[in-house]
Amino acid sequence: MYSETTIVTPDVLQQPLQEGQLVINVGPQHPATHGVLHLVITLEGETIIKIEPHLGYIHRSIEKMSESLTYRQFIYVTSRMDYLSAHINNLACAMCVEKGMQLEVPDRAQVIRIIMSELTRIASHELWIGAMAMDLGAFTPFFYTFRERETINDIMEQTCGARLTMNYMVPGGVMYDLHPEFVARVKSFVVQFKSKVSELEDLVTDNIIFRNRTVGVGVLSKADAISYGCTGPVARASGVDGDIRKRFPYSGYEKLQFEQCLDSAGDSFARYIVRIREMYQSIHIIEQLIDAIPEGEFQAKTKAVIKLPKGEFYTRVETARGELGVYIVSEGGTTPYRIKYRSPGFSNLSALNHMAKGSKIGDLMATMGTLDLVIPDIDR
Amino acid sequence: MFSFQQLAQQTHAWLQQHTGSFTVLVECAIVAVFAITLFAVLGLVLVLLERKVAAHIQIRVGPNRVGPAGLLQTVADTLKLLMKEGLVPNLADKFLFNLAPFIVMMVAMLLLAPVAFARGIQIWDINIGVLYISAISSISVIGILMAGWSSNNKYAMLGAMRSGAQIVSYELSAGFSVLCIVVLSGSLRISDIIAAQENGWWIFKGHIPVLISFVIFIIAVTAETNRAPFDLAEAESELTAGFHTEYSGMRFALFFLAEYINIFIVCAIGATLFLGGWMPLHIAHWEGFNHVMDYIPSSVWFMGKTFALILLIMWFRWTFPRLRVDQLLTLEWKYLLPIGLFNLLLVAIIAIMGWHF
Repeated sequence: MYSETTIVTPDVLQQPLQEGQLVINVGPQHPATHGVLHLVITLEGETIIKIEPHLGYIHRSIEKMSESLTYRQFIYVTSRMDYLSAHINNLACAMCVEKGMQLEVPDRAQVIRIIMSELTRIASHELWIGAMAMDLGAFTPFFYTFRERETINDIMEQTCGARLTMNYMVPGGVMYDLHPEFVARVKSFVVQFKSKVSELEDLVTDNIIFRNRTVGVGVLSKADAISYGCTGPVARASGVDGDIRKRFPYSGYEKLQFEQCLDSAGDSFARYIVRIREMYQSIHIIEQLIDAIPEGEFQAKTKAVIKLPKGEFYTRVETARGELGVYIVSEGGTTPYRIKYRSPGFSNLSALNHMAKGSKIGDLMATMGTLDLVIPDIDR
Repeated sequence: MFSFQQLAQQTHAWLQQHTGSFTVLVECAIVAVFAITLFAVLGLVLVLLERKVAAHIQIRVGPNRVGPAGLLQTVADTLKLLMKEGLVPNLADKFLFNLAPFIVMMVAMLLLAPVAFARGIQIWDINIGVLYISAISSISVIGILMAGWSSNNKYAMLGAMRSGAQIVSYELSAGFSVLCIVVLSGSLRISDIIAAQENGWWIFKGHIPVLISFVIFIIAVTAETNRAPFDLAEAESELTAGFHTEYSGMRFALFFLAEYINIFIVCAIGATLFLGGWMPLHIAHWEGFNHVMDYIPSSVWFMGKTFALILLIMWFRWTFPRLRVDQLLTLEWKYLLPIGLFNLLLVAIIAIMGWHF
């Protein structure tokens, strides 16, 4: 299935440069990488010959750390993984623990979890659009997207007490009940989003330079998307219908009406459009739920100290970047024996060399930008 | 009415009376002081203007801490840059590295010479003014290439190469659109070109071909001054800062200042050629209207037109993403240059047949 990949061996890395080639480092400190990603790029003039991502600059050994934290504690560390989908990361961990405990989550908590997840998804996509436009040299969309994102952050702050690392999901439900103003504020956000998103579309989607920069750039075929293990909007833009919310519904997504946004082009523009359409779908989901939040408990009764039975548990959720899998091996104690996260960013990054090889260095920014990389998610 | 021409003549007479044979020397010194002051003031004003325009487009306030409404922000920035250490990279070619910003700056200064700021205010009304501008402005690419090459930095070199390809290409289009006006006016002298627009600016008199050449001119000069959407030479998400990656302190400030002065100059030239320079808006046979327009000072007309064009170019920068390097060259060689050539032919026909108003 791997159409053009070569396995990197030490002798490939030490290949001497040919005449006219030069190696440049993009990162670890570089405006385009949005974090400490280090790409070693071999160029011939402006054409990319090879890209080699060097990882590990922000490795904090979250997986190892989790082994010494209890089942209540380790969830909070995952907010720092993909910090733009903190809610959804926490949700995946909470669900995995609940699976081990065989705990029923109250309906109210389920609905709150979905609303929070979708708000997070919108906030993440908003930030991504701004950052990607910045990669392509347009600064202004960043401020327009941050206006909407700020509203979401304010809503989060009111209910969860934090703007970025919310730590709101706990095994059995959510940590606190919703703030009394929550429903009204989310409703006003929906109105704001619908009226303002057209501004953004005028500025970015229909911009001829933006289209020239993204259409047909960084093409990833369906077969390659599957073989590289790409998930999320990156895979869906190539036509892989792998939305976990549809395929393996969790937390009550099966009861909701929403579309899986697919595109067949697989280029940067398709990835952009898929994310824009996903934001509309998220709004659609929130609209279905916001008037129908059931009354009742927001958290199931659990013991103060959680112990999981001996065994292995796996859950998967759809974060803003793709499939996040949480795998817990329990020996029956209060802390996990081993935890493994399957993060979407890592697989998506692995396709970068394949997508950007042979294109101009300007295209690399369009390709890398639309992969929506969050470096702590890759390094963990 | 107050006239700068009169003032200049009076000053000249007074100087001749008092300094005798040193008159030219003293006048040169006065002009140099004026030019340098103008430089500094323009740099400060334009940087602040750009930041305010950007802030307005980006729904934020912009600099508002230093001085009233942030007016002294650029002064503070300049002081900071003056006090910073100017680093020279280890294996850089020190001579060329130090020389490059001065070449870029010198070009910007030389270009001020034939610009007519108001009726009678012009440093040097040379008979080949337009040719002089085209010739001098193409030197700045040498400074940029020098900066990129001597920095011993791959980003800088890539940026300089991009800049070289870009400026050399777009120079042609800018030249052809300027030629259109030369053909219509029948002179290369700036004052003649302005005088030819006494009863209407070329953009109104020259039919659609002049409008086309105006659009091409604006696109080409945006590219020549390395402004977004053509800022590939300093594409920050690709090449960190392009050709001036290694520059710091005052050397960087010179590049920065030269960029803004260049914007002012190309806009001033655009205003002179297409919008009549300091010439007020005149409409033939509307005597009353023309008299009213005459009462607005010529310097206000010139600055108004120039700053309108500057704002247009700033608007581009904060709205468009950046082009890719091959798209940039495609735009020039496949679209602008053929259109410009054909357009010149049309303008020549119009000029020969006398079809313009």
